[in-house]
Amino acid sequence: MQWELVVGLEVHAQLLTDTKIFCGCSTSFGAPPNTHVCPVCLGLPGALPVLNRKVVDYAIKVGLATNCTVARMSRFARKNYFYPDLPKGYQISQFELPILEHGYLGVNDDSGSPKDIGITRIHMEEDAGKLVHPDIPGADYSHVDLNRACVPLLEIVSEPDIRSTGEALQYVKKLREILVYLGVCDGNMNEGSMRIDANISVRPMGQEEFGTRAEIKNVNSFKSLEQAIIYEQSRQIDLIEDGGKVVQETRLFDADRGITVGMRSKEEAHDYRYFPDPDLLPLVIEEEWIDAARDTLPELPDAKRSRFRSQYSLPDHDADLLCQSIDMADFFEEIVTLHNDPKAASNWIMGYVLRDMSRDELNSVKEAPITPTHIAGMLDLIKEGVISSKIAKDVFDEMWATGKEAKVIVEEKGLTQISDTSEIEGIVDDILAANPDEVASYRGGKTKLMGFFVGQVMKASRGKANPGLVNQLLKSKLEG
Amino acid sequence: MKSELILKKGHELRALLDSGEVSSVEVTQAFLDRIDAVDGKINAFLTVTADLALEQAAAADKRIKEGHASPLTGIPVGLKDLLVTKGVRTTCASKILENFIPPYDGTVVAKLREAGAVFTGKLNMDEFAMGSSNENSAFGAVKNPWDLDRVPGGSSGGSAASVAALEVPIALGSDTGGSIREPASFCGIVGVKPTYGRVSRYGLIAFASSLDQIGPMTRDVKDAALVLDGICGHDPKDSTSVLKESTDFAGALSSGIRGVRIGVPKEYFVEGLDPEIERAVKGAISKLEELGAEVKEVSLPHTEYAVAVYYLLATAEASSNLARFDSVRYTTRVDGSDLIDTYKKTRAAGFGEEVKRRIMLGTYALSAGYYDAYYRRAQRVRTLIARDFDEAFKEVDVICSPTVASVAFKHGDKTSDPLEMYLSDIFTIPLNLAGLPGLSMPCGFSSDGMPIGLQMMAGPFREEVLLKTAYAFEEATDFSRVPGL
Repeated sequence: MQWELVVGLEVHAQLLTDTKIFCGCSTSFGAPPNTHVCPVCLGLPGALPVLNRKVVDYAIKVGLATNCTVARMSRFARKNYFYPDLPKGYQISQFELPILEHGYLGVNDDSGSPKDIGITRIHMEEDAGKLVHPDIPGADYSHVDLNRACVPLLEIVSEPDIRSTGEALQYVKKLREILVYLGVCDGNMNEGSMRIDANISVRPMGQEEFGTRAEIKNVNSFKSLEQAIIYEQSRQIDLIEDGGKVVQETRLFDADRGITVGMRSKEEAHDYRYFPDPDLLPLVIEEEWIDAARDTLPELPDAKRSRFRSQYSLPDHDADLLCQSIDMADFFEEIVTLHNDPKAASNWIMGYVLRDMSRDELNSVKEAPITPTHIAGMLDLIKEGVISSKIAKDVFDEMWATGKEAKVIVEEKGLTQISDTSEIEGIVDDILAANPDEVASYRGGKTKLMGFFVGQVMKASRGKANPGLVNQLLKSKLEG
Repeated sequence: MKSELILKKGHELRALLDSGEVSSVEVTQAFLDRIDAVDGKINAFLTVTADLALEQAAAADKRIKEGHASPLTGIPVGLKDLLVTKGVRTTCASKILENFIPPYDGTVVAKLREAGAVFTGKLNMDEFAMGSSNENSAFGAVKNPWDLDRVPGGSSGGSAASVAALEVPIALGSDTGGSIREPASFCGIVGVKPTYGRVSRYGLIAFASSLDQIGPMTRDVKDAALVLDGICGHDPKDSTSVLKESTDFAGALSSGIRGVRIGVPKEYFVEGLDPEIERAVKGAISKLEELGAEVKEVSLPHTEYAVAVYYLLATAEASSNLARFDSVRYTTRVDGSDLIDTYKKTRAAGFGEEVKRRIMLGTYALSAGYYDAYYRRAQRVRTLIARDFDEAFKEVDVICSPTVASVAFKHGDKTSDPLEMYLSDIFTIPLNLAGLPGLSMPCGFSSDGMPIGLQMMAGPFREEVLLKTAYAFEEATDFSRVPGL
């Protein structure tokens, strides 16, 4: 039988506000345990939450960028459950009236046709704390770190519109890109800034009714998402084809083994007893607030890509890579402003900047030791014939290592290209004289040896000889 | 002189302090001595902070000398033990918080501290403010100073009893369904429940967040007005506190009640109301009429549903508010076989019967499949009850009724029947559901010498008319008496 995969995703994104969602404590990562805390985020008796407006600002922006309707009135609700990392015994979230609903993101299905993945809702909530288990075998205690408690999150819930791993990956990548573009989330999946739960089911192709779904938790990278879907899809299909039934349950993705394991069944599922939080008033959002947020929206990834393709005549691949981050796109555009050769700028970024960023584990091109001015200066020198593209690669490495401008490096190291015919002619003559056998072979028809001669000349000139001139001279001496 | 000091009301002490006749240290010592002398009988205090009080009193004396005293500087104040006090044990009269020493002051406590008030200690109450008799304290019941066999009312029973017994001139209580007014009525003092949002709840350990409100419990209306002026105001730390200009309730007390329209709700004078109480309250209403008020009957048709609505909503909120007492913090943990078992065992050992009963009720009301039938429906009826008041307050300024249908009952009389206990709050609960201000003040005595309470209620943020009506009545009558202990 042909089976169809059905996936809906819940993405938790940590917002980049300076302070927590319901108190003034810092959200910064990596502080000593329980130092970014106060009566509110500790959940002390008597303490009360006060909403951070910035969180609402960020939520509105995300809503506008994902085509959601911004609710004029939304409510916070308590999600009640016991866990040691949850200091109040409930999480403040939104339930019946979320701030955002009815959005979508465009992706391409596996045949390449565009389709929309619906976004059911996006709501604001507070994060829980973190349990720190001691690294002692048999320890009968754990520590609780509440620095993360009350850090703002958006939960972004998609419709079950996803039909393949490809669509799932595109959806999450697009979502991540938008969040990072908006500057509301760092998108850092391995630090937990974005966490994914996947609702996965299968159904016979053509059947309208959904199959029973499993909710997969702890999917925390693109690779995990792909693995989790593939594993879960085949687990469910095998189960059904063997005469079994998929049960509604929560499963945990085990990234080390690439499999999902049962966590709790529907019967054991929590009854969260949601109800409106009486400590927080209904959140009323006036049109002006939405307008103000709209005014600060940056150009979004899809729009930027399409502009890059048309304005700079870049291939899809280039536009895609350059627009993956707003910093990189800006970096590119600054180079082009200084040296108007978009394709050359793009090639250098894709070939070398991205390579070195990945080697040095940089998250943003803003952290790179070089600026658009460096690259543009180097491109100027190539265009003027001062250096060859080959030398330019060394210059690039030197720029990256020292932060010096291309021009300075070329001067200091004497890398200026030799374009003086008589100087090159001398070298050419020396090489031909030193390799009489090869000269004879060439003249006997082994013209492939041209590469060998060029190489020898370039080596002798330490790469500085103008390659065009070398070719021209060799040809005339060998064939003339 | 010293023994007379405890007979003084807050504003009378103010005059003595400002004139330099007595010092705050003397005043404070007098009340501390009184606590020593009588609290063994009453059990109103859970913690007496004598050293702290004398320190604050000395500081207050300095401030008074320097000439910048505010109305409460140097005056002893008792705090219901659900108001968190930095460095002073705050128990909510529960075993589960037996050793909790808060690292912060709530807003109201901070305001009083700022004003130079002297904190003599933390007052007994029904555990987590759940109760109408103060028999639900984990640290022993409070006795009514008028008759030690009787309850002082609850949940602010310690606050009411301590004021009536002259252990403090002023106490703070909190009122979720009548927890200030009912004990004020039983103990023959004045207790004011402000409009929801008037006083910050930051630092008030929540029972039912949408209903709780802190208020003064005093020996006369003037003190109540002074304290209310001192504690109300917008607090950026409490999202439900309301932005209002500053108040001068004390200054507006004596403007008279000519033309004030008094409503008498027919639903509050029904079968089951003690005839002595009916007589006293009706007498009070006649008195107000004599003083120039206009009296008319009003109707609050949804009154009969208030208790049911309250016991769904308040318990639902409580079930969530009390979840934080989970064995991870605050209390001695009772280890179980696993995490869940530890939660269960700790909470079973830490909470009293009534608290457990209400957590279960509230948990049930919010459970999947029951939410619509209970919680949501109760919210709708709550709206209807609030609308009753909206309608009534188009016609009148103040509604008068009995505070409770009976005088203080005997210890143990209602402990076996929670429902009967719940019905003690039948006249006080509707006001909390509507978020409105109200007060209770003495308006007579029963044949067996127990105080009878008159309840006055007003529209949102109309504490001024409420207090001046109460003041006019108090000035014209003589029901503010002291029990012979």
